[in-house]
Amino acid sequence: MAFTVEEVFETASMVVHQNLDIRTTTLAINLRDCVHSDFNRFRQRVYDKVLTCGRSLIREAAALEQKYGIPIVNKRIAVTPVSLLMDSHCTRAKFLQMADTLDRAAQKAGIDFIGGFGGLCQKKVTRSVATLLDCLPDALARTRTVCSFLNVGTTTTGMNLDAVNLVGPMLKMTARKTKRAAGCARFVVFVNAPEDNPFMAGAFCGVGEPDVALNIGISGPGVVRSVIEKNRECDLTEVSEMIKRTVFKITRAGELIGRELAKRMHVPFGIVDISLASTTKYGDSVANAIEALGIESIGAHGSTLAVALLMDAVKKGGAMASSLVGGLSGTFIPVSEDAGMVRAVQRGSLGLDKLEALTAVCSVGLDMVAVPGSTPAETLNAIIADELAVGIINNKTTAVRILPIPNTRPGSVVSLGGLLGTAVVMPVKKWSAKKFMRRGGRLPAPVTSLRN
Amino acid sequence: MKKELSFITVIGRDQKGIVARISGLLYKNNVNIEDISQKIMEGFFVMAMLVDMSGYKKPAARLSGELEKLGTAMHLTIQVQHENVFKSMHRV
Repeated sequence: MAFTVEEVFETASMVVHQNLDIRTTTLAINLRDCVHSDFNRFRQRVYDKVLTCGRSLIREAAALEQKYGIPIVNKRIAVTPVSLLMDSHCTRAKFLQMADTLDRAAQKAGIDFIGGFGGLCQKKVTRSVATLLDCLPDALARTRTVCSFLNVGTTTTGMNLDAVNLVGPMLKMTARKTKRAAGCARFVVFVNAPEDNPFMAGAFCGVGEPDVALNIGISGPGVVRSVIEKNRECDLTEVSEMIKRTVFKITRAGELIGRELAKRMHVPFGIVDISLASTTKYGDSVANAIEALGIESIGAHGSTLAVALLMDAVKKGGAMASSLVGGLSGTFIPVSEDAGMVRAVQRGSLGLDKLEALTAVCSVGLDMVAVPGSTPAETLNAIIADELAVGIINNKTTAVRILPIPNTRPGSVVSLGGLLGTAVVMPVKKWSAKKFMRRGGRLPAPVTSLRN
Repeated sequence: MKKELSFITVIGRDQKGIVARISGLLYKNNVNIEDISQKIMEGFFVMAMLVDMSGYKKPAARLSGELEKLGTAMHLTIQVQHENVFKSMHRV
């Protein structure tokens, strides 16, 4: 036999015992060719294009799941930032109609989420972005699949604090308009947003992307945890090597499936995002992988080093396996969606401060964090601005997805349902940054030398 | 005809009739067994079968479904995966 039983068993048990899956296949499509002066024709073109592409993705992904025996969990679409399409149709009512159109097409096609209902405003908020943000709470409340993003800074332009200041009030309004603030889970605010990110809520088809491209995200926290657990006595160098080898294998499998899926759909293959992405499923937790390294509960002292070690090894293994690594390619530590993280917040080992520190060494940001609904908008803005400053200065992507859940207190447990998991409301500091945040303006682009 | 090679992985507790019942099902479906190998690993009975699916004319999902049903009846996990995924993972 060309393969040993050990090799065959290793691959099969990654799926059977360790929850290996293709977390997302995201088709990025450019909608600029749909723009028309007649708004109804414009919407019809958008609807037709999303529906056709979505159906093709669903059909071909199902065939490959069978062929390779690896589940493809989510099928998604990312479109051109909608604010860029709507400059000549810039009214609140039309933005809401466009959100409805995207939602209807995605649901009809059987797509889980459609991303891109957002904009880029790293320097200044355009009229189009301002209108979009104004109607966003309603758009999120009346749709089920539409996801939104806002890029408010880059390392080369600095950060637009005026844009950040619009986010807090918008989130508070969204929280009031959607059940258990769940609409806020479909909005993410970024700096250095990647244009080819396949993960929601922040996926969009960037302006430098092809007309259409297939991007995929692989998941394997369970596989990584398993290899760490089997090698309890290894030192850091050895454990890094083990993780690299394992991630190499799962990335190769992901790239194989991604390339074949793109070929079957007659579209170019974009990138593989090598992020570890946890789910609410038992054993599919990044926190558990960190704890398997010897951290009693994530958030304990030592966690930052553990995350740094884990993610550096993941990146090295993934980068060797695929020449087209892109997207976020960090680790996600979404609090509510990761059972291990939820437990850590409940135990008190993890709070916002340590979470922010972890994001400095690798992860993508404060993700699926719940705070009391009474948190002042300025404090939400300040939490966001702090996290985004980490990204601006360190020349990396950071993002925030935060839910100010009405009528909750620190420690309240709120079930968000499905993949969103269980939110444990985290305390925020009672001291205000109101005066600082109200200064507004733009954080200048940082120097990229003098790195200490 | 060009071969379409897949691996059928059987994981579970060793018992009588595993090979007989699986190979019987494959024979009925015109699937040829190219190679077969088994071992006890991490406390599991593991059998890897390399099969040629080129003679199987129905949708692949149907065979996986039938094998899954057999697996449930015998308390075994049975996975069907195309050979290419093993090539990608284990050979550079």
